[in-house]
Amino acid sequence: MQEELFTSGRNIPNIDPSLEVWHWPIALYLFLGGLAAGILFFAALFYVLGKDKEYPAAVKKASIIPPIALSLGLLALVYDLTHPLYTWQLFTTFRIESPMSWGAWVLMIVTPLSFLWTFGYYRETYANIESKLKLFTRLKFLHDVEMFVIKNRKKIAYALIPLSLILGVYTGILLSAFNARPLWNNAILGPLFLTSGLSTGAAAIILLSKSAKEKHLFGKIDLGLIIVELALIAHMIMGYYAGSQVQLEAVELLVGGEFTLMFFGFVVLLGLLVPATMELIELVGYKVPVIVPAVLVIIGGLVFRFVMIEAGQLTRYLY
Amino acid sequence: MRYAMVIDTLKCVGCSDCVVACQTENNIPHGYCRDWITEAVSGSYPNVELELRSERCNHCDTAPCVRCCPTGASHIAEGGVVLVTADECIGCGACIESCPYDARYQHPDGHVDKCTFCYHRLEKGQLPACVSVCPTRCMYFGDLDNPNSQVSQLLKNRKYKTLAPEAGTNPHVFYLI
Repeated sequence: MQEELFTSGRNIPNIDPSLEVWHWPIALYLFLGGLAAGILFFAALFYVLGKDKEYPAAVKKASIIPPIALSLGLLALVYDLTHPLYTWQLFTTFRIESPMSWGAWVLMIVTPLSFLWTFGYYRETYANIESKLKLFTRLKFLHDVEMFVIKNRKKIAYALIPLSLILGVYTGILLSAFNARPLWNNAILGPLFLTSGLSTGAAAIILLSKSAKEKHLFGKIDLGLIIVELALIAHMIMGYYAGSQVQLEAVELLVGGEFTLMFFGFVVLLGLLVPATMELIELVGYKVPVIVPAVLVIIGGLVFRFVMIEAGQLTRYLY
Repeated sequence: MRYAMVIDTLKCVGCSDCVVACQTENNIPHGYCRDWITEAVSGSYPNVELELRSERCNHCDTAPCVRCCPTGASHIAEGGVVLVTADECIGCGACIESCPYDARYQHPDGHVDKCTFCYHRLEKGQLPACVSVCPTRCMYFGDLDNPNSQVSQLLKNRKYKTLAPEAGTNPHVFYLI
């Protein structure tokens, strides 16, 4: 039934006329979480494969990003809570039905592991910084921590592979679990956000890498991930069109509505199609500054999170 | 015991007395409300129909807000009443995002707030404030598990609907139509 609704006596902040409960920190966190998940996954995977000498940026150098990204992301998350002094309540329970509870616990495990991982390579990769800071001569216990990490590196890597994948998928499932927001309620969002996170992770590794071989390999990986991501986006859009009235109205925001330019212009064209074309040209053998597609992929990933957070909260049930 | 509210849309005049009663009884901060009036106009002129509804949390059986709450602050209390424990709530907003009825809001104190069916009054054997003040007596409250209660009888004899049943929430505020 199509109705015209007037709600009287209600103008609640952040609720009316449309939800504005989740703001930019959530979008930023979803991006940073995906980026960290991507880098950690590649670092752990290439270490387990015994390729840490061959691909040093992936395993060692880029691993400085996840602890910083996760810390910033956690700060952003807490900043968006309205009752932040009670954050510890998250860790008094584990609620299997709540994606946010899963996320809180996974972050609780992955964040320290990401610190340990990058710390294990700190003296080796950032020797020039250490020679200035002299942390190891000032704090003796750091030697023991480093020894512990080096001894258990394989175990940490094997833990990080599934955990980083769960972290990446969770950023999408967090949204897709909300039946009440038709734009989010699409099961493809989990794999889509994971793919996007892996892709931004690969792009960050390209940016930090100095070896042509490594840049080439991660360009190839990124190209593959972009193709998968485009296919998943096509599936997502198809899913809305095959859905109910609320989903048909939700997809209008992305196709023809107010987010069309942001979604198709910045995410699909500049964030996926252009970098994919450039990486393809590079693969064929032409010289392309790989920094350009890598930066485009990262910006596209960030814009994608903002579009989904903002547009999703405009969609709702009709009754 | 399963509390339910039945609202007769044919009797409601949309006076908002229920809204004010709730704000007074529950000391709701200025600018917020736990219940509100919706005027739904359907059809096209000259064949239009107007329906007036007093809306609030539907105290769903399969409550999405309770499912997605990461701390367990949102819970289902005795009688099927959905409640929020303020000092377990971190204010993450997941329950607000999950509610198809937009029945929850962030209280200025930080925690999430919503209709409680006036749980503190139920414990004393009183009716919710909104029901007790309704000047047209269009609102009924009672136990759905008791087949002889007024609400059970009304749902047995009258045509009724719930809001957005397609959301799969199994709401427990019923509207007589």
